[in-house]
Amino acid sequence: MGEVIVITSGKGGVGKTTTTANIGTALALLGKKVVLIDADIGLRNLDVVMGLENRIVYDLVDAVEGVCRLKQALIRDKRFEGLYLMPAAQTRDKNAISPAQMQKLCEELKEHFDFVLIDSPAGIEQGFKNAIAGADKAVVVTVPEVSAVRDADRIIGLLAANELTEPQLVVNRLRMDMVKRGDMMNIDDTIDILGIDLLGVVPDDENIIVSSNRGEPAVTEENSMAGQAYRNIARRLLGEEVALIDMESGVTFMEKLRKLFSGKNKRKS
Amino acid sequence: MLDFFKFFSKEQNKSKDVAKERLKLVLIHDRANVSPKFLEMVKGDIIKVISNYMEIDEAGFDIRLSRIEQEDENYTSALVANIPIKRMKNMGKNNG
Repeated sequence: MGEVIVITSGKGGVGKTTTTANIGTALALLGKKVVLIDADIGLRNLDVVMGLENRIVYDLVDAVEGVCRLKQALIRDKRFEGLYLMPAAQTRDKNAISPAQMQKLCEELKEHFDFVLIDSPAGIEQGFKNAIAGADKAVVVTVPEVSAVRDADRIIGLLAANELTEPQLVVNRLRMDMVKRGDMMNIDDTIDILGIDLLGVVPDDENIIVSSNRGEPAVTEENSMAGQAYRNIARRLLGEEVALIDMESGVTFMEKLRKLFSGKNKRKS
Repeated sequence: MLDFFKFFSKEQNKSKDVAKERLKLVLIHDRANVSPKFLEMVKGDIIKVISNYMEIDEAGFDIRLSRIEQEDENYTSALVANIPIKRMKNMGKNNG
């Protein structure tokens, strides 16, 4: 029996889709069977971020409405063993499915997968309610800015009202240079305000845009700081204790060191 | 020299600290689901009650939700009102 995790934020543009794509890919690279569900009906994006946009035949709404079998709406990612995507419908709206239908879908999927990751739409309306309906666990993504943190707090309240009382936080796009000069809230500030457990910190990293340009998740980039952060998050989701990356020295240096000592055959481990 | 002062003024007022303080306050309101209109209603009723006993400076009346640090270093919400008194009403005379 797998675990259903919803990735949500309240505010748009903080990196929900990127986070879903990268955590999902990282989990698959760790040998887990993973399905990513794009719950942003009408504004689907997980498919392009994953580079799977050309392979869509059926979508989430088709599967829910019984237009196709569940399996037919799943796109197998040929690059990563065990990774699947269920795309959102692009020409429908959030009311095309109900929380009850979503719950049923999640129940079915977690029979076959270790992880069901749901990419929630922004906002707190119907789409959000659908996205959290079948979730066992929630990950809240925020960036260290007042608007995003405020919305995250609101979302945490709404999650608690829906029995998701222990959400975990991902602080995205942290800029160490700004934190150092006191112009960006640091991790402690953010956790202090929101009062939930930290799952991970993802540094601001150009690689994220480069990789989404190419449709290849940044976790596959050995030298990407953000990629390393997402790899760590995936391992934490599997119950491992992994220290936060040292953003001062940079992961490139750390990776070089690690490679130096462990030989070059440890790629993608 | 200018840079020197700039350096110090920045140290005292880091934008992240401003952000944090502002967030903490706005979240108290968000979490309590208290709107300015709601506070105005509370204020109106408090004035009504207190005016029975003393004359107050309504313009100087300040009411807000705030955070109070407890002994265990946790914070709790508190309704804090600052009500300047102009004059006590002589209740004894009125009642007697």
